[in-house]
Amino acid sequence: MYEGVVQDLIDELGRLPGVGPKSAQRIAFHLLQSDPVDVRRLVSALTEVTEKVRFCSVCGNVSADDLCRICRDERRDVSVLCVVEEPKDVVAIEKTREFRGRYHVLGGAISPIEGVGPDDLRIKELLTRLADGAIGEIILATDPNLEGEATATYLARLLKPLGLRVTRLASGLPVGGDLEYADELTLGRAFEGRRLLDV
Amino acid sequence: MHVTHLSLSDFRSYAAVELPLEGGVSALIGPNGQGKTNLVEAIGYVASLSSHRVPADAPLVRIGAPRAVIRTAIAKAGRDSLVELEITPGAANRARVNRAPVPRPREVLGMLRTVLFAPEDLGLVKGDPDGRRRFTDDLLVARAPRFAGVRAEVERVLKQRNALLKSAGASIRSGRGDVRTLDVWDSHLATAGAELLAGRLHLVHLLQPLVRQAYREVSGGQGEARIDYRSSLGEDITVDTPPAERSRDLLAARMLEALARVRPRELERGVSLVGPHRDDLVLQLDFGGTQPSPGGSGALVPAKGYASHGESWSYALALRLASYELLRADTSGDGDGEPVLILDDVFAELDTGRRRRLAELVAGAEQVLITAAVPDDVPQLLEGARIDVMGGEVRRVR
Repeated sequence: MYEGVVQDLIDELGRLPGVGPKSAQRIAFHLLQSDPVDVRRLVSALTEVTEKVRFCSVCGNVSADDLCRICRDERRDVSVLCVVEEPKDVVAIEKTREFRGRYHVLGGAISPIEGVGPDDLRIKELLTRLADGAIGEIILATDPNLEGEATATYLARLLKPLGLRVTRLASGLPVGGDLEYADELTLGRAFEGRRLLDV
Repeated sequence: MHVTHLSLSDFRSYAAVELPLEGGVSALIGPNGQGKTNLVEAIGYVASLSSHRVPADAPLVRIGAPRAVIRTAIAKAGRDSLVELEITPGAANRARVNRAPVPRPREVLGMLRTVLFAPEDLGLVKGDPDGRRRFTDDLLVARAPRFAGVRAEVERVLKQRNALLKSAGASIRSGRGDVRTLDVWDSHLATAGAELLAGRLHLVHLLQPLVRQAYREVSGGQGEARIDYRSSLGEDITVDTPPAERSRDLLAARMLEALARVRPRELERGVSLVGPHRDDLVLQLDFGGTQPSPGGSGALVPAKGYASHGESWSYALALRLASYELLRADTSGDGDGEPVLILDDVFAELDTGRRRRLAELVAGAEQVLITAAVPDDVPQLLEGARIDVMGGEVRRVR
């Protein structure tokens, strides 16, 4: 145990995801030995984040304003909507530069163990967005784990009757990887999702 | 296949131990509490990624140590390989094969196969269904490691589904809740559950004649053993159902039907009432008229309750021997499916006849590891290498 404030700092850092007690201690001492200017920059970044950042009123992504950058962008294709679990998934998909439609962030996945049901996700907001009929295709891009799959199945059943094209991201082999290193489940999915080669 | 070397660090009572082994019979001899079983438990762990004694990993790590390491050198199909497992309670375990890390410990399943006989096996016959389900699933995974994933998936779906049934049960019954979420979990349970069920049915179908044969040999003639599978989906699903009628798709459809049928009761009780977790491996004995049968209709009686202590032991041994035969005959992969036989303290539990017959049955195996408190517990037929285990030290004496 360290004295008062130092221990408080270590405890706070230790509550962050992916930071264990040892790492928390290392970060704390790094901060103590850093230039106070650098530390103040971190402090002001933290303050600004808590004060300024909110969630986009349309898609639920993190945003500095009422509407996020993507929802404001007129050049985006309004007919395709990609449904993801978390804001960080938006960033991941944006990096591909393949998708030109808009997003909808659910804020999690269905998981009864954690007490998360459909009502706790931004599904009502999703249905509201569909009301004007501008959206023709929904891409379900939830995580390929049990909870993500369950959420995708739930949404597919909810959206199909509305006459929309509902698609799910493919699961399969990582690009640049070796077939022999894929686990059986992934390989099995890759077989299910195989497609015709256009030559 | 056989284990040529076992090395432990901070595993159970051992800070560090090196144990060279060879094919044939090796007996680990020492008084109780000296660490004999810990050695064979470690070998069993490498084969199944679980202990035969405890459900969690924490007790496997020496008190005060952060993690345990098991290293086993295995000779299989003429090739040597080294499997290393690092067990860290509360964190993900890590594995290396031939010094190269593998992405998931599950990848080492299939590198080593063991069939372990232990005093706890009596519970297979006398105990609850969940021990028998574990027996079936462990064997399924040993034969086809992909079932480790299926089994884990079924467990995860059940946890989520039960959590939903408990929390939402009340609100759904009062009409406020959303039944569609439950539909989603039903479909996931049906898909994963049907795959596990199909695997089990096929396995028990293969095991049935082997258990009958092994029981005959161990018991010395009294009665016939018959194993069956009881599915919570209905009595018409048995091991005799033709493969075409128990395909994954058909079983999944049956499971959905059954789930729809029991839904009101599930919501009331807050648990999943249909699925592979409610099934049982049925162990029966057929006395074929040599004894008066209860009920008078047939001579087939459940082993649990009707079998004597000796008959129960014969049954437990027959299940393990049948597992051994099944794995040995499996030449998929590199063609060397023969498991290492581990007899942990079992001879002391058996009468002279069963002891002798078991010794005869296992004497020809590629590698047999025996633990016993006193040398006299090891039948003469199984004389081989002898290793004394005393206070955490191992010493080859013969």
